[in-house]
Amino acid sequence: MHAPALLTLDQLARLVPALHSRGYQVVGPTVRDGAIVYDVLEGISDLPVGWTDEQEAGRYRLRRRNDDALFGYVVGPQSWKKYVHPAEVRLLTAERSGHTFRILNNDPSPPRRAFLGVRACELAAIAVQDRVLQGDRYRDPIYAARREGIFIVAVNCTQAAPTCFCTSMGTGPRVRGAYDLALTELVGPGKHEFVIEAGSDAGAEVLAELAPSAPSEAVCQEAEAAVERAASQIQRRMDTTGIRDLLYTNFDHPRWDNVAQRCLTCANCTMVCPTCFCTTVEDVSDVTGMHAERWRKWDSCFTQNFSYIHGGNIRSSAKSRYRQWMTHKLASWIDQFGSSGCVGCGRCITWCPVGIDITEEVRAIRESPASSKESSHGNP
Amino acid sequence: MSSKVRRKPRIAVFKFASCDGCQLSLLDAEDELLGIAGALDIAYFPEASRSMGTGPYEIGLVEGSITTHHDAERIQEVRRQCKTLITIGACATAGGIQALRNWKDVDEFIRIVYATPKFINTLKLSTPVAEHVPVDFELRGCPINKHQLIEVITATLAGRKPNAPTYSVCMECKRKGTVCIAVAQGVACLGPVTQAGCGALCPSFDRGCYACFGPMESPNTGSLSNQLRILGQNNAEITRAFRSFNAWAWQFRKASEESERT
Repeated sequence: MHAPALLTLDQLARLVPALHSRGYQVVGPTVRDGAIVYDVLEGISDLPVGWTDEQEAGRYRLRRRNDDALFGYVVGPQSWKKYVHPAEVRLLTAERSGHTFRILNNDPSPPRRAFLGVRACELAAIAVQDRVLQGDRYRDPIYAARREGIFIVAVNCTQAAPTCFCTSMGTGPRVRGAYDLALTELVGPGKHEFVIEAGSDAGAEVLAELAPSAPSEAVCQEAEAAVERAASQIQRRMDTTGIRDLLYTNFDHPRWDNVAQRCLTCANCTMVCPTCFCTTVEDVSDVTGMHAERWRKWDSCFTQNFSYIHGGNIRSSAKSRYRQWMTHKLASWIDQFGSSGCVGCGRCITWCPVGIDITEEVRAIRESPASSKESSHGNP
Repeated sequence: MSSKVRRKPRIAVFKFASCDGCQLSLLDAEDELLGIAGALDIAYFPEASRSMGTGPYEIGLVEGSITTHHDAERIQEVRRQCKTLITIGACATAGGIQALRNWKDVDEFIRIVYATPKFINTLKLSTPVAEHVPVDFELRGCPINKHQLIEVITATLAGRKPNAPTYSVCMECKRKGTVCIAVAQGVACLGPVTQAGCGALCPSFDRGCYACFGPMESPNTGSLSNQLRILGQNNAEITRAFRSFNAWAWQFRKASEESERT
């Protein structure tokens, strides 16, 4: 356990060069196209300085803050999965030569990356993807190659959006788990500083180079209070008590028909979800037949092709697809991977074009669970 | 090594009621054009060559909708001459922008527009090719995407299924990392009910999707219409949004008629 340290804004500015000098490409939040997205950062001035976000179901807006906070917003439409589990990745290239063909594998290895600005829910999501994609006997080498050696600079949330529900999922707003550095931003009149803790030896080594000072007890308490304030701002709740059995015994609940009337089956929720990992594989060839490639792309349980098996589609209705997604995320994920697939980041709520709210769907089922024979069958 | 020289498959490009933009996509495929010409005998393509090779053809690309009695007869002959018939573009797959007349009195148009109306012999409806003959593959778009066209030709030659997904444009936006303009800017966007294929072009330039590629596989137009109302669109605007290049595609037709009635 490393003691907390204190950085001024100028000292924090040395973090990005310090990471660059260690060979990391630094990626983190930045403003683009009316939102805070993740992209390559050249310095802390590329962060969304003085910006915040307003979020509600189906709505997101950037707003100016009345200070120059670097981390004065919550999570945007993208998640870190775009770096570790890319949306599109070439699996192989094949060239025909004579009567045979050769498999070429000349793709450059991914850069070593440092993630700057990982929130608690996102750290939890990375842990979920670690379990799914490399924590089992089926290890995804594409994920593993990108995941290995990532330097994580986590950020404690000091404010929450109305769509946040990390407190229900036990993932935030205070970062926990595997990070290299974790910081809490303190910004106010005439003050802009960061309480920072190392979570690894690599983090401690980088932190030492920034020449931090020791924070006073009062500053540490202020940082604690800021995170507590974020926790107290969170209004959205998902009651997860017995949620696995609740959903398993409510496959025929009328609420699924209700949500299917609103659901666009557009797949946005799965694309923005930081833990959704499903992919499809596409083979492409050129018109000469001399060159072929195999690509892996993000897929979604909301597409028809996803559940196409020999003879037809097993989830042709919107109802069956929404039910599959939510039941997997919140219930069968527990059986499969030992935890919920939901980290409470609220992206699926904000970025659903019609504002479907997963917490509201759970609540509706919980308020009038099935009283039919299925509910008592095999259920303690 | 066999001494037999395999004859190259013959391809023909036919035009019905259309603007020619889709068949030009083939000529626009500059990087791949030599490859296509090497793999195929371009036997009949009046837009590109005066050589008029007669059928039969292995592949027929059909652009345009059926709008006259003559069209309706000619498409039967085109079908007979083509082993694989692929319709290209919103006109051929959905009736096109000219299907807007399907809600109007065509005779009145003829009276107003033409000096000698009796010379005009047209059908009341503009309809997609698949309403007249069996079609092997429908390639969507207004215009089609040239990469998808090459993919469909390549897949047909290779005997595999083309990669031409039927899910929403949203999938393409998200994979590209384009921020959702509907959620982040309140822009009316038809992406969630529209089939992918264009590479999510308009949303990448802060414009809402115009649904050029027609309805996606399971479009919930009713729910999206409700959302468009929340974003400030009135029923006339919603009717117009669904009534464009793919107006006669039954899902959009139903959506536009519902908002028109509301």
